[in-house]
Amino acid sequence: MASPESAVNGPTMTAGAASKSLRNAFGGVIAFIILVLIGVLAFSIRLFSVIKYESVIHEFDPYFNYRVTQFLSKNGIYDFWNWFDDRTWYPLGRVIGGTVYPGLTLTAGTIWKVVNSLNIPLSVETVCVFTAPIFSAFASWAAYLLTKEVKGPGAGLTAAALLAMVPSYISRSVAGSYDNEAVAIFALVFTFYLYIKTLNTGSLFYATLNALAYFYMVCSWGGYTFIINLIPMHVLLCIVTGRYSSRLYIAYAPLVVLGTLLASLVPVVGFNAVLTSEHFASFLVFIIIHVVALAYYIKGILSPKMFKVAVTLVVSVGLAVCCAVIAILIAVVASSPTKGWSGRSLTLLDPTYASKYIPIIASVSEHQPPTWPSYFMDINVLAFLVPAGIIACFMPLTDSSSFVILYIVTSVYFSGVMVRLMLVLAPAACILSGIALSEAFNVLTRSIKFQLPGIAGNPSIAVRMWRKENGSSTVVAPNDIPKTEEAAKEKPAKKNRKKEKENVEKKPTPSKTEKRLLVLPLEASVIAVLLLVLLGAFYVVHCVWAAAEAYSAPSIVLTSHSNDGGLHVFDDFREAYSWLSHNTDVDDKVASWWDYGYQTTAMANRTVLVDNNTWNNTHIATVGTAMSSPEKQAWEIFHSLDVKYVLVVFGGVVGYPSDDINKFLWMVRIGGGVFPHIKEPDYLRDGQYRIDAQATPTMLNCLMYKLSYFRFVETDGKGFDRVRRTEIGKKHFKLTHFEEVFTTHHWMVRIYKLKPQRNRIRGKTKKSKSSRSVSSKRDVRGKRNPWH
Amino acid sequence: MEASLRAQRTAALLIFAFLSLLAVSSSAAQEIQILNAERRIDLSSQIAIVFLTLKVENTGKAAASEVLLSFPPTEADHLAEVKAQAASGKKRKKTHVPLDVKPTDVPDAPKGAKCFRIALLNPLSPGETSTIEVLYMLTHSMEPFPAEISQSEPQLVYYRDSAYILSPYRIKQQTTFIKTPSTNVLSFSRVEPTNRAGMELKYGPYEDRPAYSFSPVLVHFENNNPFAVVEELVREVEISHWGNLQITEHYTLAHGGAKLKGVFSRVDYQSRPGASGVSSFKNLLARLPARVHSVYYRDEIGNISSSRLRTDSRKSELEIEPRYPLFGGWKSTFVIGYGLPLEDFLFESTDGKRYLNFTFGCPLSGTVVDKLTVKVVLPEGSKDPSAVVPFPVEQHMETKYSYLDVVGRPVLVLEKKNVVPEHNTLFQVYYSFNPVFMLAEPLMLVSTVFFLFAACVAYLHIDVSIRKR
Repeated sequence: MASPESAVNGPTMTAGAASKSLRNAFGGVIAFIILVLIGVLAFSIRLFSVIKYESVIHEFDPYFNYRVTQFLSKNGIYDFWNWFDDRTWYPLGRVIGGTVYPGLTLTAGTIWKVVNSLNIPLSVETVCVFTAPIFSAFASWAAYLLTKEVKGPGAGLTAAALLAMVPSYISRSVAGSYDNEAVAIFALVFTFYLYIKTLNTGSLFYATLNALAYFYMVCSWGGYTFIINLIPMHVLLCIVTGRYSSRLYIAYAPLVVLGTLLASLVPVVGFNAVLTSEHFASFLVFIIIHVVALAYYIKGILSPKMFKVAVTLVVSVGLAVCCAVIAILIAVVASSPTKGWSGRSLTLLDPTYASKYIPIIASVSEHQPPTWPSYFMDINVLAFLVPAGIIACFMPLTDSSSFVILYIVTSVYFSGVMVRLMLVLAPAACILSGIALSEAFNVLTRSIKFQLPGIAGNPSIAVRMWRKENGSSTVVAPNDIPKTEEAAKEKPAKKNRKKEKENVEKKPTPSKTEKRLLVLPLEASVIAVLLLVLLGAFYVVHCVWAAAEAYSAPSIVLTSHSNDGGLHVFDDFREAYSWLSHNTDVDDKVASWWDYGYQTTAMANRTVLVDNNTWNNTHIATVGTAMSSPEKQAWEIFHSLDVKYVLVVFGGVVGYPSDDINKFLWMVRIGGGVFPHIKEPDYLRDGQYRIDAQATPTMLNCLMYKLSYFRFVETDGKGFDRVRRTEIGKKHFKLTHFEEVFTTHHWMVRIYKLKPQRNRIRGKTKKSKSSRSVSSKRDVRGKRNPWH
Repeated sequence: MEASLRAQRTAALLIFAFLSLLAVSSSAAQEIQILNAERRIDLSSQIAIVFLTLKVENTGKAAASEVLLSFPPTEADHLAEVKAQAASGKKRKKTHVPLDVKPTDVPDAPKGAKCFRIALLNPLSPGETSTIEVLYMLTHSMEPFPAEISQSEPQLVYYRDSAYILSPYRIKQQTTFIKTPSTNVLSFSRVEPTNRAGMELKYGPYEDRPAYSFSPVLVHFENNNPFAVVEELVREVEISHWGNLQITEHYTLAHGGAKLKGVFSRVDYQSRPGASGVSSFKNLLARLPARVHSVYYRDEIGNISSSRLRTDSRKSELEIEPRYPLFGGWKSTFVIGYGLPLEDFLFESTDGKRYLNFTFGCPLSGTVVDKLTVKVVLPEGSKDPSAVVPFPVEQHMETKYSYLDVVGRPVLVLEKKNVVPEHNTLFQVYYSFNPVFMLAEPLMLVSTVFFLFAACVAYLHIDVSIRKR
């Protein structure tokens, strides 16, 4: 493209060619420096958590990833694939190598290995903590590349700067938030970039890279299904709107073939890559694009009349075949109970699905639909800039800008279903806002420039240049599209990078020259620029605040400010895990609600019954049932599972709201879903969940209540729960089958030990029968005793 | 190897002593008697500290150059430190001169008894008397009984010893005082005359006991002092010639007292601090050198937020709290790390070698260390390390790879078992080092960056396309 372009622009270019190339070189250097600074910004804005708290892994899932990474760095890659973890899901265990998305772990493991081979003694933990900030810098660079492909480097830099500090992404990638999403967003944006790049250049080289980037995304996150559905949608859109080209074919066909092959190499995906419905759209579009390609080919070699005949023939035959294929597909899909879709994907299509059928998905707060304030919190002013960006993408509408529009529309829908998918929306919002801001600044600054006589130096020359360029642009504009195609055809043959660079630099110029016609009044432009800067400043302030205050808390350490300005630290979780790891036997089994499973295995190194993986609903229901049963039954359930310690989280003393009592209804629901004798209404008084004197007897006698409030009344004499803001219903009671072994400093974690089974002594049961008032449960046991 | 060396040394010593004694008398041991022995046993902490004052008389005909001490087998394993000094002069103007103490074997000692040889400064001529003061410490010598207590019970311990001092010499008169931490003494053996007054038990005076007399006594008393035992401590001292001394200490802490039986109730512990968990401890004090900086206190799952650092110009005190209060039998692990300015600890000796002058023992006050490993990481390129430690330690060499090392840093590893706070003395590590090695790593970095740029420049100027345009 470069050579014909320069030929057309030749006369205008020669005048300032030398100065322009110099300016371009400077522009390149400045852009490079800005990109480096954006990377530094993206990295450093995420360090608030380390500075305000400490360098530690956050929350729940990251602890599992950390543990897997530790295993990988200690035992190597082959043991990692074969790792059967017996520390979790006792007695079932879990095949970690086959059920985990290995991208994040392998990335951090590789970084650790490289760093240590250079004899830099970084611990695995340090590497894990800083993986997310590093990859968010990469993600903003990827956003630059993607937006540059769509709307030029100015928009790219703006988008990168916006993405570097978008709160939604910060929430998942602060230092210590060592989760799949941290690297997956980079992989997502980068895959999209390579797709657009292939679409713009038609280069098979980029198509291959695209498949590899897709492979990395598949390794990293289950959200890869978004890519494998969005790209086919875009291809379909292009075909339907008559934008089919050989570049589109090259961008899509290798991706499906190579990408599916590579995806099925990942153990956790395996044959799902061809078996589940999430992937069917891509195969369907794969077929369509081949049909279309064939049609275009035939159209090329046949005369128009022959072609018409061929079309009628093919369409009639094709329709019959299609009907048959679709019927078979529907039959295959319908034969599976979930119609071939996984629960989480179904939730995306039908937002009410989870709450109806899968309480375990609905019980996670990040699977709830978001509220409007959370949009403002997470993407802030971008929400207002996005529409402007969409409009900018329509002027002119290209293959790449239509992709961006499709991306934002789908991600807005998905983010409306689950809070968690706000993360997918964030890059799209940043890209479109970047485009919007960049276009707006372009128009406004140009308006100022051409109306300020002093700044432009020699206004007459400027005006002349403008006119000349204007004149040339009328020549260029119509030629624009054919030329890019022409260039695309040349591209695969020539792999000279320098040429591509020129190519990229030149391409925006035609559209720019077109827009120079738009000149706004000087005062209005100045005010608008100021307002936009103000808007940007507001965004920056909000992002820094969100990074510093809202999203940097590691959630295993809580802090509160006392009245005199001192900082009080609640480190109860680690206190309890540390106690477990040092003062219990290494093979003891610890039962807790599944939220704490990952942390218990990672920090306390003890075997747990259930963890955050939630792959076995029945097992979780068993624990839920035990927690909602009376003491005796609970003891029997736990005893049958070899449990030695039971861990509950209790916030009533310090007012920590996300404790087990508040999660308890989910335990009842999940337990009741499998074991029907647990009924939710038994725990509710007139539909209200309460633990005060009005609470139902079932509630007051269940294990969770007892373990949470055991001897609680002795702290203040009344038993006032500071989370529920009420006095508890049953204050004085004794535990018969459990004993308290440890309670942390602020009572947030309480650990109980199962009492050993009593010796069966004749006559002892008689004694207990006589003292029926002491414990009515004991005579239940007496009846079951086979010796009586 | 170390043991055999020591055996050789003792054998050589023995032969030498034997030869030197052979000329004057066949058995010097019999020619010494102790006129007066006073033993004060302090049991107020977890370490039994014993002060022994011996008034020694040479009754033989030849001059005696050494005095023997002996310990019963039960004490021998727990013996952490034996020090002796010669006292001369009257009460006010007493002067103390430290004496050399070496373990030895005495053929006619009872089986299992461990003997030490105190070398006198001036040989004791016949008829002369001299006063020797001995200080020794016993760790793990108090046995909790009952071995398991509940949270509300106080910790009771047994202390076993002999009413008579085990000595290879005849003792004319001896007295033993045992100081208990509280007045609560449940029982004690009586070997008349025995008296108890407040916190002190007095055994004796006993007149004229023959050599190796032994009469076991048992004292059962309350001792709620924290039995903080560091089961293993690894101290890593890393020297950087860029001006920093980095110390990293890995602790495995345990409560060595009576085990906690059954439940731990936080209500009782918080509401009745005086009555509940009296033998537990929740904080420890680490005495660090002055000018300490970048102190951290953490364990394998992150920072432990409960610590306080107080610094002044002469010393620093770090008050640490483990994550949870330690009850009997509970364990905890943690790491303390800090940096120190190098000029306070690294000096140049007269022969051009450098030497590190640093404290050996555990900085936590009042703790017993079962196994202490001190690793001195010398800078890359240093040669001929040698350690000077005032007491016997095992030592060997290791290599450690740290920031961008190529050949690795030599590490001198010193190991000692049964360490008490008395071992917090200075030791020296001598080594030779060429300052040129300091530049190796910066040069490496600079050259890497240079080659990176050079490669970039080269790449931009080379056309690698196969087909020319």
